[in-house]
Amino acid sequence: MRTSASERTVHPVLVFWILAGWIGFCLLPWYGVEDGFFRFAWLIDGYPFDEDYAPAAFLVAQGEKVWLAPLLLPLIAPLLVLRRRKTDRTHAMVLILSGAVGFSYLVAQGFGIGIRGFTFDWLTWLFGELDDRQFGMGVGAMVLATSFLFLFTQGIAARGAINGDVFVVSAIGGVIVVVAIFVFFPIARMLISAFITEDGGYSVNVFASKFFDDRLWGLGCLRGARCGVAWNSLFLAIVVGFITTALGLVFALVLTRSGFRFKRGLRALTVLPIITPPFVIGLALILLFGLSGSVTVAFADIFGVQPTRWLYGLPGIVIAQTLAFTPIAFLVLIGVVEGVSPSMEEAAQTLRADKWQTFRTVSLPLMRPGLANAFLLGFIESMADFGNPLVLGGNYDVLSTEIFFAIVGAQYDQGRAAVLAMVLLFFTLSAFYLQRAWLGRKSYTTVTGKGDAGVHPLMPRRLSVPVFTIAAIWGAFTVIVYGMIVYGSFVELWGVRDALTFKHYITAFSIGFTEHGLHWSGAAWDSFFTTIEVAAIAAPLTAAVGLITAYLLTRQNFAGKNSFEFGTMLSFAIPGTVIGVSYILAFNVPPIEITGTGIILVVSFIFRNMPVGVRAGIASMSQIDKSLDESSLTLGANSWHTFRRVILPLLRPAILAALVFSFVRAMTAISAVIFLVSAEYDMATSYIIGRVENNDYGLAIAYSTTLIFVMLAAVGLLQLLVGRTQIGRRTHFAPGG
Amino acid sequence: MAQMQISSKAAPVSFRSVSKVFGKDVVAVDNIDLDVESGKLVTLLGPSGCGKTTTLRMIAGLEMATTGQILIGDKDVTILPATDRDVSMVFQSYALFPHLSVLENVSYGLGFSGFPKAEARDRARAGLDLVGLQGYDDRLPSELSGGQQQRVAVARALVLEPQVLLFDEPLSNLDAKLRRQVREDIRAIQQDLGLTVVYVTHDQEEALAVSDEIVVMRNAAVAQTGSPRELYDAPVDRFVADFIGEANIVPCDIVSVDGDLAEIVIDSYRYRLPSRGLTVGPASLAVRPSRLIIGVEDGFAATIAKATYVGIHMEYTLETAFGSIFAVQEDVDNPLQIGQSVAVGLASTGPVLIPGG
Repeated sequence: MRTSASERTVHPVLVFWILAGWIGFCLLPWYGVEDGFFRFAWLIDGYPFDEDYAPAAFLVAQGEKVWLAPLLLPLIAPLLVLRRRKTDRTHAMVLILSGAVGFSYLVAQGFGIGIRGFTFDWLTWLFGELDDRQFGMGVGAMVLATSFLFLFTQGIAARGAINGDVFVVSAIGGVIVVVAIFVFFPIARMLISAFITEDGGYSVNVFASKFFDDRLWGLGCLRGARCGVAWNSLFLAIVVGFITTALGLVFALVLTRSGFRFKRGLRALTVLPIITPPFVIGLALILLFGLSGSVTVAFADIFGVQPTRWLYGLPGIVIAQTLAFTPIAFLVLIGVVEGVSPSMEEAAQTLRADKWQTFRTVSLPLMRPGLANAFLLGFIESMADFGNPLVLGGNYDVLSTEIFFAIVGAQYDQGRAAVLAMVLLFFTLSAFYLQRAWLGRKSYTTVTGKGDAGVHPLMPRRLSVPVFTIAAIWGAFTVIVYGMIVYGSFVELWGVRDALTFKHYITAFSIGFTEHGLHWSGAAWDSFFTTIEVAAIAAPLTAAVGLITAYLLTRQNFAGKNSFEFGTMLSFAIPGTVIGVSYILAFNVPPIEITGTGIILVVSFIFRNMPVGVRAGIASMSQIDKSLDESSLTLGANSWHTFRRVILPLLRPAILAALVFSFVRAMTAISAVIFLVSAEYDMATSYIIGRVENNDYGLAIAYSTTLIFVMLAAVGLLQLLVGRTQIGRRTHFAPGG
Repeated sequence: MAQMQISSKAAPVSFRSVSKVFGKDVVAVDNIDLDVESGKLVTLLGPSGCGKTTTLRMIAGLEMATTGQILIGDKDVTILPATDRDVSMVFQSYALFPHLSVLENVSYGLGFSGFPKAEARDRARAGLDLVGLQGYDDRLPSELSGGQQQRVAVARALVLEPQVLLFDEPLSNLDAKLRRQVREDIRAIQQDLGLTVVYVTHDQEEALAVSDEIVVMRNAAVAQTGSPRELYDAPVDRFVADFIGEANIVPCDIVSVDGDLAEIVIDSYRYRLPSRGLTVGPASLAVRPSRLIIGVEDGFAATIAKATYVGIHMEYTLETAFGSIFAVQEDVDNPLQIGQSVAVGLASTGPVLIPGG
C-alpha cells in the first residue's frame, strides 16, 4: 500500500518552493516597503509599476535594476526537472546548482550594489560607473532567497544526505542561514568597522589607537587615579561572580540540607530575576541608599553626618548586581546540590567521616562543576549588564555603558564602540570557552536511573549557623528591596514629598473616553503596547527556532554538528550591548535595512533568547526515547510528520516554558534594546530608562512595578498550563492482562 | 463494520556483502550475506555488540549500509529511508506514542499509507482483535500492563501488512512466565499469516523455540546459519557450540579417518564419530553436559570436584587431565561423592568434532 516517495515524479514540497520563488520574483515588492512590513498600503499605491513597490520582474521588464535579470535562470532551471524521479542524478544536480547559484547571486548583488551604486571600487573598475542604486531588500527578495535555499537543500537531500530527508536537511540549512545572517554577519560587520578610518578607508592604526587607549586599559587606580573601563568591568564581574556563587550556594544548602520550613518561599526567589527588569533593583537601591534615600537620611539624622553619594560607583553596582543575579546562581546550584547522590554521603558517613568531614571531602568536591558554572554565569551576566551601571555607576565606567555612550553620546564614534564591544565579547567568550573546556570533560552527576532511597544529611552545625545568618539577612534585604519598589511607586516625590498617591500610575496608564471611544491617554501606553506586541511576535518564533535546533542537535547526526551546536549557543555568550551595537552597524545599510523598524527588535530577541529555547528543548527531548521517532518512521511517517505528530505533542511543557520565557525576557531586556529602539518603536524598558535619566523616578518605578506584575501573571499562567499537561497515568484503570 | 482481515504480503530479504561502519573505523557489520526466505521466521542471535541489532536496523532503513546491497522482494532498497520501505518494526521498548490512545497508535501508520479514516479504524480494530485486545481502543499506553503494551506494538506493526516484520528483542521487558506465552503468540500469528519475520535476541533458548532458521552472529560477522536442530547438533566451531546451549570443549587427537568416520583419542579413550571433513591431527570435541556418561568401563579418568543437586537432575564438575568439564546426570538417587575417581565415557550420538586443538 505504501507508495515510495522515490518513485513519485511530482513532489509537492518541491513544487511549493518553486512556486514561492516565482511569486517572490514576479508578484511581491522586491525592495523593503518603507511604511512597515505589515502595512499593505503599497497594494493600492502604484503597485506594480512604481519603483518602490514593484516586483523584480516588473523592474527588469521596465529596464530598471537589470542586474536582477540573471536570477531568472536559476528560477527556470528547476522547472525542467520537475517530472524526473528523485533518485535521478540530474534532478539533484539541477536543484543544487540552481539553488546555490541563485542564492549566492542574490547575496552578491545585495552586497555589491548599494545606495551609492557599486559598493566596491573594483566593481566600478570592472563594469564602469553605475548610475542606479538599490535599497534594502524586501519581501520579494526574502521569499526568493528562501526558495533558493530550500531548492538547494532539497537537491542535497535528493543526493542522499541524511537518508535523503528533506525536512531535516532543510531545517539544518535554514538554521545555519538565519544564524549566519543574524549572529555571525553583524559580529563580523562590527569587527570590520573597528578598522574603518574617518574617511572610509581601512587601517590597522585606527584599531590600534582605539584599542590601546588609556581609557580602556589604564591602570591609574593603582596610583589613586581612575582605571580603564576594561579593568573596571573585569574586576566588577569577578567580584559579582564570587559573591553570587557564594550566596547561591548558601540558599541551595538551606533548601536541601536543613529543616527549614519555608522552602516554597525560597523557591519563589528563583522567579524574581526572570520577571524583574535588571535596573529596577538599582532604582530601589537609590530609594534606600541614594542621596535622599530613606536609610541615608535616617542615618544622617541619627549620627549627625552629611549624607554621602557612596552608593554611586562600584559598591552600588555590586549590591544591585548581586541582588539581581544571586537567584540565577541559586538556580544553577540547587540542581547540582540536589544532584549529589545521598548514597555517596551516606557511604562517607559509614566510613567514619563526621558530618563536617563528609561535607568537606565528598559533597563540596562533587559540587565543583556547579560552582564553576554559577560563577561563570554571574561573570557573564555582570559583564553584559547595562541598566544597573547606567543607573548607579557614577564615575565607575564599565564597558557596556561606555559602548552606549560611544554610540549615542556626543562623541558618536562607531569605531570606538566596535572596539569596546570586541573587548567585552572577548571577555565573555573566554569565560564561555573556559566553562566548556573545563566542564566538558567532567561530569559529576551522580543521579542515576536507579532509585536512590537516601536523604541528604543535614548541614553540620559549624556550617549551618553562618549559612542561616547570611541567608536570613540577604532574604530580608531582598524582601525590603522589592517592598521598596512597590511602595516607591505610590510616593509622590521621594525624599521631598512623602505623601502617597496614584499620580504616577495615572500619568502612565490613564484611559480617557472621547467621542471615538476609548483613548489610551497615559504616557506609557505606547511603549507598553509595542513591548507586548514585539514580545508576543518574538516569543513563538524564538520557541520555534530553538526547538527545531534542539531537535536537530538531539535527534540527527550530520557532519559539522559540533560547530553547528557551538554556533547556535554562541549568542548566549554575546552580551546584549554587543548585539545592539553590531545590529545597528550591520542592518542600517542594504542589503538588509531594518534599523528603526519593529522587525529588528523582534529579530534581536529571537537570537538573544534562542539558546534558552535550545537548552529547554534539548533537556526535554532527551527524555523522549529515540525509539518513538524510529517507530514512527518505520510506520511510514516522514520526519516532518514525526516531528509534528510525535515530538511536538510530547514537548508541550517545553514549548510553553520557552514561549513564556522568551516573552518575559523580551519584556525585561534592556541592553540590546536601548540601541535598537526608535521613536516609532519604543520599548517599555528603554522608556523607563529615559524617565530615570530625567530624574522622573516615580513614573519609572510605577511602570516597573506594573511590568513585574504583568510578568508575574504570565509566569503564573504558564505554571497553570504546564501543571495540567500530563500524559495519562494509571489511576482509575485497574491494570489488566 | 466491514469484516477486515489482516493478510500478508510477505517478501524475502537478502543482504549482499553488506557492511556498516560507524564513524571512521568502528565496524558494526562486516561484509555479511544473508537470505531470509519469504514467510519464514529468522532469528539473529549473538552476544551483545555482535552487530545483530545493526543488521535489523539496516533492514528497517534506520541505518544505511555503508557498502553492499539490501533487497526486499525483488527491489533494491539499499538507499531508501525507513519511511519509504514496506517494513514494520516492534521495538524493545515498544515505543508506543504516550500521547495517543491505543486505537490511534495502531492506526497511526495507516494514515500515512493512504487509507481513508474509516477503513484505517476498521483495520486497526482488526489488528487489535488479532492480538486479543478488543475494547481497549480508548486507553492510553500508560494505562496498560507491559504485556498489553507489547501486543499493541505488535498490532501496530501488523496492520500495515508489511513485507517484512522486525522484532528487536521484544520479550526482554517481560517477566519470565509471560515471555513463553508471548513468544508462542508471536510464532502463532507469524505462521497463521505467513509473515516474513526477522527477530533479534540474545537468548538462545528463545531463538531455538521460535525460529525457522537461526543466524548466529559474532564480531560483526555471521558465525553460522541453520535450523535450530542443525545449530544445536552440528555447531561449526567452538563459539557456536558454546553459545547455543552449553558445551564442553574437549581437546582430542584424530588418529585415523575412514570415509566419513573418524577415530579420536582422549587420554587413552577411543571413540568413533563423523569426521565432518577434518583430517588426522589435533582437534576439539564439543560435548553437551548430558552426553557425558559417568561411571563406565571404558572412558577417560576424572575426579568429582563438585556435586550439586538441582531437583530434576544432578550437576557435576569433573577435574580431568585436560581441565574441568561439566556434566549432567539423570540419576539423583545415588549421587557420586566429591573426590571420587571415575571413568567418563561419551554417549553414542551427540558429540561433534570441531576444528582447532
